[in-house]
Amino acid sequence: MNGTAKAWRFVIDVARCEDCNNCLLACKDEHVGNDWPGVTGPQPRRGARWIDVVRKERGQFPLVDVAYRPTPCQHCTDPPCVAASGGAIRRREDGIVLVDPQKAKGRRDLVESCPYGALEWNEELQVAQKCTLCAHLLDQGWKEPRCVQACPTGALRIVRLDDGEAQRLGAAERLEPLHPEHGTRPAALYRNLARFEACFVAGSVAGPVAAFPSGAVECIAGATVTLSRAGQTLATATTDAFGDFKIDGLAERSGRYSLVVAAEGRSRILDVEVKESVSLGVVLV
Amino acid sequence: MTFDSTKLSVLLYGLEKLLRLTARRHPAFAARLKQKDLVVQIRLRDGTQGRTFVFQGGAVTSRAGLHGEPRVTLSFETAAIATRLLRPRRTQLDLVSAAKTFQVETIGADEEVVWLSETLNMLATVGAEYGIEVGGGVRRFTSNTNGGVVFVHVKDGKILRITPIELEDGDAPTWSVEARGKTFTPPRKSTVNAHTLAWKSLVYSPDRLLYPMKRVDFDPDGERNPQNRGTSGYVRIGWDEALDLVAKEIQRVKRQYGPGAILNGSGSHHTWGALGYWLSARLRFFNNVGWTPVAHNPDSWEGWYWGAAHHWGQSARNGGGETYNTVEDLLQNCEMVVFWSSDPEATSGVYGAHDGTVRRQWLKELGIPLVHIDPYFNHTAALFGGKWIAPRPGTDSAMVLAIAHVWMTEGLYDKAYVAERTVGFEKWQEYVLGREDGVPKTPEWQEAETGVPAKDLRALAREWGTKKTYLAAGGIIGFGGACRTANGIDWARGMVCLMGMQGLGKPGVNMGCLQQGTPVDTRFFFPGYSEGGMSGDLAGTAAAVNVYPRMPMAPSMNSVQQMIPRLKIPEAVVDGECEGYPTDPRTIEGQFFRFQYPSPGHSRVKLYYKYGGSHFGTMTETDRFARMYRTDALEFVVNQSIWFEGEAKFADVILPACTNFERWDISELANCGGYIHHAFTQMNHRIAVLQHKCIEPLGESRSDFQIFLDLAKRLGIGMAFSEGSSELDWCRRYFDATDLPKAISWEEFAKKGYYVIPPLPANRRDPVSYRWFAEGRPKDTPELTPLPGDYTHGFRNGLQTQSGKIEFESSSLKRFDPDDPERPPILKYVPSWEGPHSTELFAKYPLQLVSPHPRFTFHTQSDGKDSFVNDIKDHRIPVEGRDYWIVRLNPGDAKARGVADGSLVKVFNDRGAVVCAAKLTGRVGPGIVHSYESSAVYEPSGEPGRSPDLGGCINVLTPKRMQIQKSHSIAAMSCLVEIAPWVPSEVQQ
Repeated sequence: MNGTAKAWRFVIDVARCEDCNNCLLACKDEHVGNDWPGVTGPQPRRGARWIDVVRKERGQFPLVDVAYRPTPCQHCTDPPCVAASGGAIRRREDGIVLVDPQKAKGRRDLVESCPYGALEWNEELQVAQKCTLCAHLLDQGWKEPRCVQACPTGALRIVRLDDGEAQRLGAAERLEPLHPEHGTRPAALYRNLARFEACFVAGSVAGPVAAFPSGAVECIAGATVTLSRAGQTLATATTDAFGDFKIDGLAERSGRYSLVVAAEGRSRILDVEVKESVSLGVVLV
Repeated sequence: MTFDSTKLSVLLYGLEKLLRLTARRHPAFAARLKQKDLVVQIRLRDGTQGRTFVFQGGAVTSRAGLHGEPRVTLSFETAAIATRLLRPRRTQLDLVSAAKTFQVETIGADEEVVWLSETLNMLATVGAEYGIEVGGGVRRFTSNTNGGVVFVHVKDGKILRITPIELEDGDAPTWSVEARGKTFTPPRKSTVNAHTLAWKSLVYSPDRLLYPMKRVDFDPDGERNPQNRGTSGYVRIGWDEALDLVAKEIQRVKRQYGPGAILNGSGSHHTWGALGYWLSARLRFFNNVGWTPVAHNPDSWEGWYWGAAHHWGQSARNGGGETYNTVEDLLQNCEMVVFWSSDPEATSGVYGAHDGTVRRQWLKELGIPLVHIDPYFNHTAALFGGKWIAPRPGTDSAMVLAIAHVWMTEGLYDKAYVAERTVGFEKWQEYVLGREDGVPKTPEWQEAETGVPAKDLRALAREWGTKKTYLAAGGIIGFGGACRTANGIDWARGMVCLMGMQGLGKPGVNMGCLQQGTPVDTRFFFPGYSEGGMSGDLAGTAAAVNVYPRMPMAPSMNSVQQMIPRLKIPEAVVDGECEGYPTDPRTIEGQFFRFQYPSPGHSRVKLYYKYGGSHFGTMTETDRFARMYRTDALEFVVNQSIWFEGEAKFADVILPACTNFERWDISELANCGGYIHHAFTQMNHRIAVLQHKCIEPLGESRSDFQIFLDLAKRLGIGMAFSEGSSELDWCRRYFDATDLPKAISWEEFAKKGYYVIPPLPANRRDPVSYRWFAEGRPKDTPELTPLPGDYTHGFRNGLQTQSGKIEFESSSLKRFDPDDPERPPILKYVPSWEGPHSTELFAKYPLQLVSPHPRFTFHTQSDGKDSFVNDIKDHRIPVEGRDYWIVRLNPGDAKARGVADGSLVKVFNDRGAVVCAAKLTGRVGPGIVHSYESSAVYEPSGEPGRSPDLGGCINVLTPKRMQIQKSHSIAAMSCLVEIAPWVPSEVQQ
C-alpha cells in the first residue's frame, strides 16, 4: 500500500449536510440497472446505501440540534477488506478500493471485514458491493463522482492528494478521519464531526431585567455562562438576545460539571451531568 | 391564368417533388409516408384549380386537376390565399387567421386530416439533430422536472442516468452580488431535488401502467358494478377498445344528460413541460369536449389568497408578494431574518431545486441572525441554526397580535410609514391594545394560546422592532405551512400587518429568505406553465397576456358553465349539490362570487375523467373519495395515469400515459408564471429547455397529448385540438413565441437542448420589491398586475387595495361582509375550530397533527412506485416488507402511549386511521405530531374508505371543513388525532 501516491479522497463537512439525500439518490441513479464492468455490477433497486446519511439529534425540546453524517466507503489506505479478500478486493494506485464482482462472488464473509459497515451484500448477484467513487466515471474524465456532483451544499467534495498534502489540508481545514481507532487510515476526511460526536449543554437564561422595570421575566441577553470542573474553567459562553447559550464539544458520558450563570449582577450555579447533550430549559437568574 | 394561379400551380407541383425528395433523404419521413394510403386534393373552393395527390405504399404521385374520390381535401378560398399559406415560410398567424375565417378548410376524417397536416409539418422538422453524442453510444438529452433541469444520458433506447446540468464556458455568465465587502457568486451548475434524481426509478417503475385496462366486472352495456371500484381487478385491453369505449361514454352522457355531465380534474402538479402540463393540452381537449371542471382551491396559498390579498392586494399572486432583487437587498442591508412557517430547505421554495440553499449559506457567512417559527424544528432551522420558536399549530395569529402589542406599547414601529403608507391602523390598535374587547393582546395573553413563553415573544418583538428584518413567510412568499391551518387566513394577513408596521420595502425590510429575488433577467420573455401552453384557454389560464398573441392558435373555450370545488367533490357527486367560492385571481373581489353546483339548467356529473391518482394523498378527509367511487352516482370513471396508484385503482377504464422523458415538451426551469409571476427568480440561472423525447414511451403508454388527440379524433374534434400540429410542432411554435429566437436558432437549441438566459448587468437589475411603495413613487417593478382598473390613483400608483395602501382594516372585506365573525375586516384572534379550544374533541384526540408539504417527493410524484425515494430514512421506514409513512412525535408523548421508536402506530380520529412508523424526536414539542402529506400509496387494510390505511395517506385524518365558510380553502394543518400502537389484527375500524 502506497501512501505517497495521489489518492482520491472524500472531504465531508457534517455541518453542511442537510439530509437532502441527493448523494444517495444520485448513487442509485448511477448504479441501479447499470453494470460497470471492471468496477461494479448493478446495485439492487432498493435498500442499498453505498453512501449512508446517518442522523444525530442532540438535546431536548426546544433546545435541539440535528446533524447528518454522509458515510460512504472510506477508501482506506490500509483497507481490512483488501486484507481479508485474498485478491477479491483491491486498492488502486489512485486510492480507490474496488470489489472485483467475479472474484468476490459468494464471499459473504467480506461484508464483515469492514469496520465502517461500508460493504453490503447483494443477494441477487451474491457479491459484496460498495461505493466505487464512481471509478468508471473518473476514469472517463469526470471531475467528481455522482454524489459529489449532486450535493447542493458543498458538504461533499473530492480531492486527489498524497498523504502529505492530505495532512496539510486536514490541518488547514480542521479535518479528521472517522473512527481513527479502527487503524485503517481512511482516506475520507471529515469536518465538524463534533456536531455528530460531541455533546452540548444548552439553556435559556431568564429573569427580571433592570432595563424593563416591570419586573417581568425576560430573556437575559449578554449573560456570562461558565462551565468548569474541579475549579478549572473549561468553556464560557455569552447568551444571545433570547438568553440562549450552548456550550458544545463535551465528551459523551463525561460526568458532572459546574455551570455558573452570571447576569444582571446576579448569578446562579448549576450542577450538570453530561451523559448525552443536555438542554437545561429555562435557567432563572 | 393569373399570376397567383400560376404560382399556385408551381407550388403544388413542387410539393410532390419535395415530398419525394424528403422521403429519399430521410428514412423517418419515408416511414411516415408508408403509414397511410390516401388520396388528397388541394384545391380552390370554387373548383377552378387544384391538384390531386396519391399517397400509396409510401410513394407519392400527383397530377393537376381534381380526380377520384379524395379522402382529404384542403380547400382554399383563392389562389392568392393558397400560395401565401403553402409557402414554406408562412406565418402561423396567417394560417390560423385564414382557418378562423374559413379562407382555408380541411374536409375529411380527423384521423386522415391530422395525419396529412402532421406529415406536411414534418417536412420542416425531419432530419434535425436532437441531443449530443457523448461517446460510448451514449446520447445526452435534456429534460425538466418539478425539481430541476437535467441531462438525460440514453444508450440503446434506455435511460442510463439523469444528472444536474453543469454549465459550459459558452453559456451565459453568472451574476455576482457585492455585499458588506464580500462578493457572492453561485456555482455554475443547476441543482436538483431528490425526487428529480428518482426519475429513472419512476420511468422504470413496476407500477407503470403499460397498456390500457378495463375493470373486470365493468360492462358498459350491462352491469357496471360501481360498488366494486377499488377492489375488483383489471383486464388488459387494446387501445382501440379503450378509446372507443371512452369516446362512446363521453358521447352517451352528453346525449343522455346534456351539458355538464363530464367532470375532469387533475392533481395540482403534473410532469413538467409547458405543453404537457395540466393547464395546457388537457384544457384544450376538455374545452372542446365541454366539461365541468374541478375548481382548484389555491391549495398552497390559502391564507394568502383568502386573507392577505384583502390587506395588500397582489391577488394575481394569490395574495403573495413581489419578489424582485431582494437577494441583493437582503445581503447588503438586512440585520435579521425571521422564518415564519417557512422551510425552503424542505419545499425548495417551490420548483426551486436547491438553488436557494447556497444563497442561504451566505447568510451564515455574513453572520445574520435567524429566527424560525414553526411547530416543527424544520430543515431550514436544522441547517442554518438560529432561535427556534414553536407555537402550537393554528395559534400564529395570536403571536402576531402580541408582537404588534409590544411594538405599539414600546414604540418599536415605523410611525411615519404607518401614517403615510397604511390605513386603518388606529382601528386595529384599538383591538390589539384591548380597548375594543377589554383583552390586551399581551405576550402573556398569547402564551396561553401559543405555548410560546412571553419572554421569548418580547425578545423576538424587540429584536424585530430594532433590526432591519426580512420576514420569510412560507416556503416562498406565501407558500405552504401555516396558511393551511383553520385560521391560516389570519396568519397570512398578520404577516402583511407586521410588515406594514416595520416599513415594507425600505432597505433591508422586506419579505423573503433569499429563495426569490435573484438578479436574473426578468425582462427576457419565456412563459411559465400557468400561461396555458397550447390550451388557447383565455379564461382559465394567463394565456391572454402573452402566449396567445405571441403563439397564434385558435382559442379554446369551455361551453359548460359549471364547476365543482375540489375539496367538495365527494359531496357534489354523492349528494348532488354543493356551493363554492372561486379561485379567480384577477381582482381581490374575484373570490366573493359564490357559485352553486349544479349550475342552472345543467346536468349533474355522470362521467368522471380523472387525471392521475393524487387526491387520496393531497385532499382532506380522503376516505370520502374512496367511498364516493363505490356508489352508483358516477356511471363511468376513466383515469389517465402514468402509474397504478391512488385513485387510478378506482377507475372503470385506465388509460396509460407516459412520463415527460418519453414525449416532446419545452419549458423553463422553475417557471410556472401566473400565480408566481417570475418564479424563476428562485434560480441562480434562467435555463430554457427543449424537453427531448429521450426514449420511446414504455409499453403501450402514450403521451397525454396523444391520448387526447386519439380521443379527439373519435369525437370529431381532432383538428380543433391539435390544429394539425404534432407535439414537436407545438414545441417549435412555443419556441417561436418566446424571446429565444432572438438569442439562439431552433436548430442549435434542438441539439444542445438548453439555453442559459444571460443575467442583466448590475446597473440594469430590477428595483427592489416595494421600494417604490415605501418611497411613495409609482411602481417600478416589472410586474404587469394589478389590472389598470384596480388602481385607485392611476396605473402603477399604489397597491391594489381601495386605498392604494396597506390596509390594516380591509376595505374589500368591509364591502363584502363586515360582520363575518370568521373573517372580520381587521385581524382578530379567532381560535382554531379544531384545536385545544375544541373541548370535547381535544379530550378525545389530544394530539395536534401538522402535515406540511413533503420534502423528498413532489406531492405524490416519486412516492411509492418502488421509487428510490422510499429508501430515504426520513421519508419511509421499512417494517416487515412494507415501507411505512412516518409520524414524528415527542418522546414524552410516545412513552405515555407505549410507542417505541420505529414501531408501527395507528394515527386516528373520527375520520379514519392511518398506520405509520413512529419517529421519536425532540423536533416537536409535547402534544404535537408531525407527518408530511402527499402519500402516493393508498392501501386500505379492509374495505376502501372504511378501514385503516397502510399506505400513509395522512389526509385521511384531516378535516374537510373550509377555513372559513365563505371560501374554498383547505385547513389540513388543523387536525386532532390520537396515536396508539398498531395491532395488525385490527383491520376494521
